[in-house]
Amino acid sequence: MKNLKQSLAVALWFIFLTFPLMVVKVNTSDSLVEWRWWNILWVGLGTFALSFVWRHALARKEARQMAAQAGQEELIGPGPFERVMANQTLRNQFMFGLLIFALIFPWTFDTYQTTIMISALIYVILGLGLNITVGLAGLLDLGYVAFFAVGAYAYALLNHHFGLGFWTVLPVGGLLSCLFGVILGFPILRLRGDYLAIVTLGFGMIIKVVLENWSEFSFGPSGIANIDKPGLFGLAMDIDAATTYIYYIAIALVIFTVFVTTRLRNSRIGRAWIALREDEIACVAMGIDMARTKLSAYALGAYWAGMVGVLFAAKTTFINPASFTFMESAIILSIVVLGGMGSILGVILGAFILILMPEYLRAFSEYRMLAFGAAMVLMMIFRPQGIITNIRQKYEYKGLKEETEHG
Amino acid sequence: MAEKHKLLEVNQLTMDFGGLRAVDGVTLQVCEGEIAALIGPNGAGKTTFFNCVTGIYAPTRGDILLHPKGLKTRRLNGLKPNRVTEMGLARTFQNIRLFSDMTVLENVMIGRTCRTQAGIFRSILRTKATRIEEQEIVETSYQLLQKVGLGPFANEFAKNLPYGAQRRLEIARALATEPFLLLLDEPAAGMNPQETADLDHLICRISADDRIAILLIEHDMKLVMNISNPIFVMEYGKKIAEGSPQQIKDNPQVIEAYLGEETDA
Repeated sequence: MKNLKQSLAVALWFIFLTFPLMVVKVNTSDSLVEWRWWNILWVGLGTFALSFVWRHALARKEARQMAAQAGQEELIGPGPFERVMANQTLRNQFMFGLLIFALIFPWTFDTYQTTIMISALIYVILGLGLNITVGLAGLLDLGYVAFFAVGAYAYALLNHHFGLGFWTVLPVGGLLSCLFGVILGFPILRLRGDYLAIVTLGFGMIIKVVLENWSEFSFGPSGIANIDKPGLFGLAMDIDAATTYIYYIAIALVIFTVFVTTRLRNSRIGRAWIALREDEIACVAMGIDMARTKLSAYALGAYWAGMVGVLFAAKTTFINPASFTFMESAIILSIVVLGGMGSILGVILGAFILILMPEYLRAFSEYRMLAFGAAMVLMMIFRPQGIITNIRQKYEYKGLKEETEHG
Repeated sequence: MAEKHKLLEVNQLTMDFGGLRAVDGVTLQVCEGEIAALIGPNGAGKTTFFNCVTGIYAPTRGDILLHPKGLKTRRLNGLKPNRVTEMGLARTFQNIRLFSDMTVLENVMIGRTCRTQAGIFRSILRTKATRIEEQEIVETSYQLLQKVGLGPFANEFAKNLPYGAQRRLEIARALATEPFLLLLDEPAAGMNPQETADLDHLICRISADDRIAILLIEHDMKLVMNISNPIFVMEYGKKIAEGSPQQIKDNPQVIEAYLGEETDA
């Protein structure tokens, strides 16, 4: 009831505020004033509904928080999706279905759809890579796209000058990115939070500026064209076949990335990363080498960006510095944050939402940034842990005195 | 006491923060099998002393020497905290520093990190050796949890534990690093009398069963007088007394330091 009253007040206030804009229309050429009274109704109804929904959601969130404080309910409890994933058979069925869908995708949809899907998969890998640095180790990286650029330019340049093929450069691009990760990591070992963010932001900028201005090396803003597509034993492929082929490579790389990052997360190293995110001082006091842990987080996060950068260059066959702007870093970071920090499935879902939505909603592309921002704000208020929370590893233990407790 | 093996020897330790001398020429030793206590009014420099010993601060002057049994003496000055822990000196924190978004079991497993080896490639390939090592980490950690009475909470998030249990979890986590000397910073702070009694028992058990020497900072005088010997007293960064509980109780300087404190409080 209180909500209704407050929403009504908000609606009236908005009607008053927007009155000169929405209702009065002065036609200067004919010296006429037009009164569009119907707009009052729409503004009023719209704000009333939005305000009511907003209040209702906030109240629900508060109620849940109270319940959690009283210990009745887990605040960040498993949603329906997490429950499905926790069940082994359901999970396997779900994964199997997903795999089948992924495999038949290029045969059921046209080349345009496949191309969009490839770019979504590229962002999935980028998100998973950044997830190591930001989601697990808690090191905010605003210049992640730099590693992507390293990989892409590694392939473009090696291909241009030495004619090296895609499969040769794929690991090289990744390792080169790793190296850059370590180079970036060393000077910022001591930095935290805001300072770290600013330095990584600068690193991203530096790479872009270097690529734009060092023309002898990178061909400047005009970029590098005619990069070879990945080959398959010298088979000649038309554009459709090549796209399908790249799509399958992307799928394979995604599976590889998911496999490796899952194993890393559930290992001794992954635990050290999470501990580092939680409390740096306690972490070193427990005997974890901070320098090594941070550097490994940077290097292993960068690896995926470099690897997928090679794929990106091979897919587009043309790259220039304009593909590696801060905007890209921001999108990759949004993927990680929206999807759920540290959650591998969440990041995958986040990448699909953030990359595919703008593609299919081209009609509203002017409002893309507006929707992005609004989605971020709403997420932070109502589901700060991301779409899918991190699914915890289960441990089996016997313990002393024949006690068998499983959680 | 003279014939006992000294584990930790601190000589004339001084720590300056700008113009402030937080620790001023403190000398103390902890020997094998001892439960030593470091007491003193608030702001006496006890925690700073701990931070110097465990490598969080690099002391301005003085020596911190660690004599592990059967190994050669190491000077700890300026070593990184993780190296100090690797040498066998673990600690807990006054203001609890658990990894709050990790489970209780995972918190203890972190303590095992410095005693295990699995690197990046072994973790990715998950070789047999790695799997065995992982299982060893889980088992050892769980047994430590049982030891401090937290077995049933293994899969809770650390932040959801009650206060007293969080303190015991910190002890379990420190024990997981296999120390021979354990530094406890106010382990009984914020505990009720029952919890304090349990803690008293736990500390004695750690000392007796695992043969781990303990140095603790504590304000709970009942606990200190019960279990520790020797006791060191600090005030304004200086050590003003040391000795057995009885000697400390009768020491006029100590009484003055504490009564002076009470008029402020």
